[in-house]
Amino acid sequence: MTLEIDHLTVTIGDRAVVDDLSLRLDDGARLGLIGESGSGKSLTTLAVLGLLPRTARVGGSVRLDGRELLGLPERELARVRGAVVGTVFQDPRTALDPVMTVGRQIAEPLRLHGTVTRREARRRAVEAAAEVGLPEPDRIVDRYPHQLSGGQRQRVVIATALITRPAVLLADEPTTALDVTTQAEVLRLFRRLVDDRGASLLFVTHDLAVLAQVAEEAVVLSRGRAVESGPVTRLLHAPEHPVTRGLVAATRATTWRAS
Amino acid sequence: MRRRSALGALLRRPAGAAAAGWLALLLVGALVSRVWTPLDPFTTDPYSAWLPPSAAHLFGTDGVGRDIASYVLAATGTTVVVAVSAGVVAVLVGLALAALGSLTARPVREATAVLIDVLVAFPTILVAMALAAAFGGSLAVVVVATGVGYGVTIARVSRAEIRRVVREDYVTAARASGAGTAAVLRRHVLPNIAPVFVVQLSLAMATSVLAEAGLSFLGYGASAETASWGRLLADLQKFLGVHPWTVVWPGLAITLTVLALNLLGDAVRDAADPRLRDRPAGTGRAGGRRPAGPADPARSPAPEVTS
Repeated sequence: MTLEIDHLTVTIGDRAVVDDLSLRLDDGARLGLIGESGSGKSLTTLAVLGLLPRTARVGGSVRLDGRELLGLPERELARVRGAVVGTVFQDPRTALDPVMTVGRQIAEPLRLHGTVTRREARRRAVEAAAEVGLPEPDRIVDRYPHQLSGGQRQRVVIATALITRPAVLLADEPTTALDVTTQAEVLRLFRRLVDDRGASLLFVTHDLAVLAQVAEEAVVLSRGRAVESGPVTRLLHAPEHPVTRGLVAATRATTWRAS
Repeated sequence: MRRRSALGALLRRPAGAAAAGWLALLLVGALVSRVWTPLDPFTTDPYSAWLPPSAAHLFGTDGVGRDIASYVLAATGTTVVVAVSAGVVAVLVGLALAALGSLTARPVREATAVLIDVLVAFPTILVAMALAAAFGGSLAVVVVATGVGYGVTIARVSRAEIRRVVREDYVTAARASGAGTAAVLRRHVLPNIAPVFVVQLSLAMATSVLAEAGLSFLGYGASAETASWGRLLADLQKFLGVHPWTVVWPGLAITLTVLALNLLGDAVRDAADPRLRDRPAGTGRAGGRRPAGPADPARSPAPEVTS
């Protein structure tokens, strides 16, 4: 499925947090959206699904295979969310409901969109848990989030986003909250699952090194505006805009410190 | 699955088990007393006034020769009815006001918040007495007054809880999974406010027991034909200097019931929250506050989900 964002503007108060952003995610493509914190990249993913706070005003256009999503009634949007477009959230410590078992959370999109029975939902949750490499999948689905490690929780979040096999996946810094070793594992898993399903991927991150592992093309955001775009390798080796250069320098610095 | 383990966790806690036991006993007593009490609780007999406890009169008799044990047992029915109906009223009022104060458009929810704060300022017992003065004393007045009175408190606490939960990332995540407002409320908001809600509910029921006893003691509650612990206390306290042991029975019944309700609320809260349930049974309430969530209040932007 093709996701087109045209002249997207998000205003909160009198500040434009996303300013005239246009990008196109072709069927099966992987696109990176990169920028420092506060550059508006997370808000862009929220805007796609109409999940912004009510105080935010949105302008422009977001089209999914030509169908306009902005201004769609909640009921219609809910049918798209989690079924056609999956979302992986950043922080696995807060993105999981503390009083819901892992299995019920993984299967939640199925329960919300399909007519699966409780038993069927559980079976699919166990399958999905196994697929994302959670240990003892048939037992872990009855656990609660606080009984899992950070990496395991992020696997749960990923399993939830993928269980309905969405055609488009929005990933908002899915590995940022994890330590470096776990980050590498989760990233590998993530890439493999996206490959398997042939989903289009919009990957939001502030880390060019991470991005280089999942996406070919990227758009660099700064203060809500796209300042540069192109193949990730080109951005890494020949950054043009000062913001991109800053991101490359930051990546080098962290890589150097880590090694 | 989850329900069973929550119940198990509740009964594994000594305080929870004891409280549940006492309240179960009350329920049984209330039912049994409808059809049977050792003696008729209202039959007076001047020849057996102020008898000490014996096999025939387990708790002794009062100044007009009524069997105190029978009367205390008969009055459990009143207590149960009052506590349960006041609890139901409090839940309905509380949830309605809390929803109105947290999920609606800004002007409505701010106005509701002010209304709640104003209503909280009215002392429940005083309102009950005013109502009783206007409409005559009855158990219905007690139920309405304490139900509404505590409903407002429940609303205040639940409103804050709902507003907190609705901003959590997992609610945004659920919406991103396709959950509409109703599904978010049912699947995520209610289960997450339940622990706090249950504690408030148990307090409401405990307060209603106290209020019924207090108002009946003052003559505003149960009528003379209705057995009530508070009424019995009122009858007995005039002779406190002469027969002090008689007041122990209704007093003990009231105290234990209120204590049990408070303990049960805490125990249910701990048992219902999977993060607290894991602590080994027997550690009781040691450090038994809800664990502070990992949520960092400074995290932003917090998407507000109220549509």
